Amino acid sequence: MRQIIIIGSGPAGFTAAIYAARANLQPLLIASSVEAGGELMNTTEVENYPGFPDGIQGPELMAKMQEQAERFGTEVLYDDVTELELTGDTKTVTLGSGEKHEALAVIFATGSAYRKLGLPDEERLSGRGVSWCATCDGFFFKEKTIAVIGGGDSAMEEATFLTRFASKVYVVHRKDTLRASKIMQERAFANPKIEFVWNSEVVGITGTDAVDGLVLRNTVSGDETSLPLGGIFVAIGNDPRTHLVHNKLDLTPEGTIAVAGRSGKTSQTGVFAAGDVIDPTYRQAVTAAASGTVAALDAEHYLALLPEDLLADASEPALA
Amino acid sequence: MSARAVTDATFDQEVINNEKTVLVDFWAEWCGPCRAVSPILDQIASENADKLDIVKLNVDDFPALAAKYQITSIPAMKVFQKGEVVKTVIGAKPKVALEKDLAAYLA
Repeated sequence: MRQIIIIGSGPAGFTAAIYAARANLQPLLIASSVEAGGELMNTTEVENYPGFPDGIQGPELMAKMQEQAERFGTEVLYDDVTELELTGDTKTVTLGSGEKHEALAVIFATGSAYRKLGLPDEERLSGRGVSWCATCDGFFFKEKTIAVIGGGDSAMEEATFLTRFASKVYVVHRKDTLRASKIMQERAFANPKIEFVWNSEVVGITGTDAVDGLVLRNTVSGDETSLPLGGIFVAIGNDPRTHLVHNKLDLTPEGTIAVAGRSGKTSQTGVFAAGDVIDPTYRQAVTAAASGTVAALDAEHYLALLPEDLLADASEPALA
Repeated sequence: MSARAVTDATFDQEVINNEKTVLVDFWAEWCGPCRAVSPILDQIASENADKLDIVKLNVDDFPALAAKYQITSIPAMKVFQKGEVVKTVIGAKPKVALEKDLAAYLA
């Protein structure tokens, strides 16, 4: 049995691991098999993480965080959690390989997943012109007219990035103002290849074998128009990844994991949460990292107050 | 064992005219999810070497083939039988999920 298992490998997970490892808790971090490193793995330049005045590539930042966590004794496993048993003093984490790991404390930092539009043709045309990852797929839209759906920072970043390939990028947004930060907005407004389509909601995606356009409804007049396109990128936000803890941990009305006050304490003793999975509002790499620190410190205090005999069992990090 | 790379020159021989079922992994160096799924495909390939060939096609180096198979998202994994695409899987997935998607060709 271990003292602590951390689930998730974004800024929250790795920062929690740095703190837990430096507290000699020998954390095991479950990084996922194909999404290790989290959301920043699919971004390019990160310009707002303090300490990198010239910016840093998302994947490089994550590699550095992992290196720092491993330097102090974090063990990283590239597998996916399939089941969690969180009640009682000993928590059990089951992986895709079938392996089970036990620990006295768990930090849950699984982040969030791309939100879908929820339209009938979205799934059918996904990979056929509907995409969620500009850095992965932008290359295939050279000299095409495409659209980015959304009005936040990630929509602006994707639209700006996609102008490297596409001949024209529409940004389709439901409102007439953007949620994105000023600097990202200004960069998009100044880009001659980007055109904004305001007050427009996507009501349909068209195309038989591949996307050929969108059906938009004007949120003010209610008029429907179609917009011919070679592809669309969906950047309408993220949903917290909580499916593993439904009916195990209390959630907030926003769907994030509920924590007590400014702490990382969930409704289950010995289970802590951090990062985007508890944050419906800020969702930045640096706020996730800070939140990982909070959860690790809370977990450390929790473990320090456990009875000696329990801690003695957890001194050997071995398979359950 | 790492999956063989196919090219414009070898695609017909390795994929289209292959007697065996072949999975072609359309990928690129700059695609993070492609790099993540690559070792998983290698594992599936070595565990099912008798049933399935797995090869890789770099879309940067061979854009004509990527265009021919209408690739707009990578990783894109296309299963070929007798030269025809019989199954397409898009996006990096954990091993268990990929094995489920490919179950019909691994049995």
